[in-house]
Amino acid sequence: MEILWILGIPLFGALLLAFLGHRRWAPELNAVLSLATLAATVWLTVRIIAHGPMVVVDEMFFVDSFNIFLIALTAFVGFTTALFSRPYMRIETQRGKLTPGLLRLYYSMYQLFIFTMLLALSTNNLGILWVAMEAATLATVLQVSLYRTPSSVEAAWKYFILCGVGIAQALFGTILVYFAAEKVLGAGGTALLWTHLNQVKTHLEPTVLSLAFVFLLVGYGTKVGLVPLHSWLPDAHAEGPTPISAVLSGLLLNVALYAVVRSKILVDGALGTHFAGNLLMGFGILSVTVASFFLLRQKDIKRLFAYSSIEHMGLATFAFGMGGSLATFAALLHMTVHSLTKSAIFFTVGHAVQKTGSQWIDGISGLVKQSPAIGWGLILGSLAILGMPPFGVFASEFLILTSTMHRQPWATPFLVVSFGVAFAAIFGKVQPMVFGESNHPRLPHPPSLLPVFVHLALVLMLGLYIPPYLATWYHQAAQLIR
Amino acid sequence: MASPFLGDLINLLAALLLLIAFAMLAQRRVLSLINLFAWQGLILAASTAVMAYSSHQHHLYYSALLTVLLKVLFLPWLLHRLIRQLNVKWDVETLINIPTTMLTGLGLVVFAFNLATPISQLATTVAKSTLGIALASVLLSFLMMITRRKAIPQVIGFLAMENGLFLAATSATYGMPMVVELGIALDVLVGAVILGIFFFQIREAFDSLDLKHMEQLREK
Repeated sequence: MEILWILGIPLFGALLLAFLGHRRWAPELNAVLSLATLAATVWLTVRIIAHGPMVVVDEMFFVDSFNIFLIALTAFVGFTTALFSRPYMRIETQRGKLTPGLLRLYYSMYQLFIFTMLLALSTNNLGILWVAMEAATLATVLQVSLYRTPSSVEAAWKYFILCGVGIAQALFGTILVYFAAEKVLGAGGTALLWTHLNQVKTHLEPTVLSLAFVFLLVGYGTKVGLVPLHSWLPDAHAEGPTPISAVLSGLLLNVALYAVVRSKILVDGALGTHFAGNLLMGFGILSVTVASFFLLRQKDIKRLFAYSSIEHMGLATFAFGMGGSLATFAALLHMTVHSLTKSAIFFTVGHAVQKTGSQWIDGISGLVKQSPAIGWGLILGSLAILGMPPFGVFASEFLILTSTMHRQPWATPFLVVSFGVAFAAIFGKVQPMVFGESNHPRLPHPPSLLPVFVHLALVLMLGLYIPPYLATWYHQAAQLIR
Repeated sequence: MASPFLGDLINLLAALLLLIAFAMLAQRRVLSLINLFAWQGLILAASTAVMAYSSHQHHLYYSALLTVLLKVLFLPWLLHRLIRQLNVKWDVETLINIPTTMLTGLGLVVFAFNLATPISQLATTVAKSTLGIALASVLLSFLMMITRRKAIPQVIGFLAMENGLFLAATSATYGMPMVVELGIALDVLVGAVILGIFFFQIREAFDSLDLKHMEQLREK
């Protein structure tokens, strides 16, 4: 029943905020609703830890060790982003960028977006997974164009069309899976249910499934931002309001990768070969390499970190493709720490941009002198995302790199060079923004930096020590995916 | 088992659908494009209904009804309304290279049939040979989206692609489970409404619905 609360609260919140989103206390209401969702998630998590995987509500929802930690992560980052968006959106409103109507749209769509992601993660039906992924695009597309500037409208249009076309491929892939499954499970409702499919995966028609996987990978891969399907991602991240950049990068990409990995499990079962893994490795390594070189030429700070997201999602995709329990464990850890770190970075970037009035890297300087918390948050976050010890990204990247050396040695130089290039690019650009002189005015509302340091503290903790129940989860999930 | 006549009828309808996809590819006028889209929806609904009759799959009648409501009535109405409000009713797009586009389209059809053959052989439905046509019309709509430079034709291409996918679902498997189909219909509906909002945003931002103005965000 917890699952109904988890989905019901944000859905109800979306309706509520569609009417009340322009009120003075709407940001608080948004945060309270997100906190309630988080509380329901914690409740569910405790249940899953105690009783193991479960299938509920007439087999409509399914929670196992793979999706529960993503559900918890989604609700958590959803809550902290709501906290961050409180002062952020107040400042934007005060600067006359938003009207009451747009605020209602923003808050309502924020809740709806969280709802669609939680639905995508918890549904047992591959068709509903598709519907929820498409709905997540629909919920965010009007937020990307929230400021109504030409470039934001352009970014939103690209986002809509590219992801729409991509996701249409995934629908065809889903149809093919259903077609193959129907032969084994019979027509009707059960043939798209993950729990049933997983049981009969070895009996599914291999030719159909391999074709289906190509379509599913292209479709959901567009949303993961895999090169060469990534071109919507930097635009959408750079032009939308920063809280949306944070949830797109920290959550939506994860959910899309989750869909890809779920498909991979089925295909691996049906084919018994490494076909799906090879495709994932190819796309993954291409994304890591291309994105790291694109980092060098970025002049816009939000685009810079958007390309960094492509790089990291590529790395996780590569690790899932490599397979094996160690690499899969590392990939899951990487999804977690990337999500926490990247959203923390976007929180600081959001305030830094508001403070200096510029999104250009050249226009930002001396953050540490002016507002130490923002400055240190940004530099620490950047070091964390670059994989500096002792942060969690170091642990996951180290694990991925060592298992690459063992299992796919050819890929090691690509990864090492990419990490080096990314370090040079990001550190070289962030350092002058953080240090140096500046004389920017104070922000009219105190920035909300608690989420930044909570996220970074968690990432630090995951680098030093992974709590036993979390490690068990990762291990169980790695067993499942492997 | 269904009579061969009904199977032929379904094939005929699917062929008409493909023909319309080609016609859309070459159509310059926005208004005619919308009408073609409505016709495509009607043919899709008809073939779904024939399939429902021949296979006794009653839930397919609901899908056919849903198709009529959404793709023959609501979406064309919405698009007509939009082009009236946006004053682009008589817009004519200059299409370059129609012959090349057509030839590429033919190539895509051949490719689609090749891709679909191994799957069609496994299909047990009345309409198994239409799977290739479905895939071909998906690819043709995709081609249309690539070659168009204006917002409304691009969107019609997008919606036509969904028609092709729907045909694929009914021809290969007698349609997806109802809950999924309703979800897809909801997404298409909401998507179309959002696109409608977008047309106004695009025109406000760029003073035109021509997407050639959209080049600020290119990676330098």
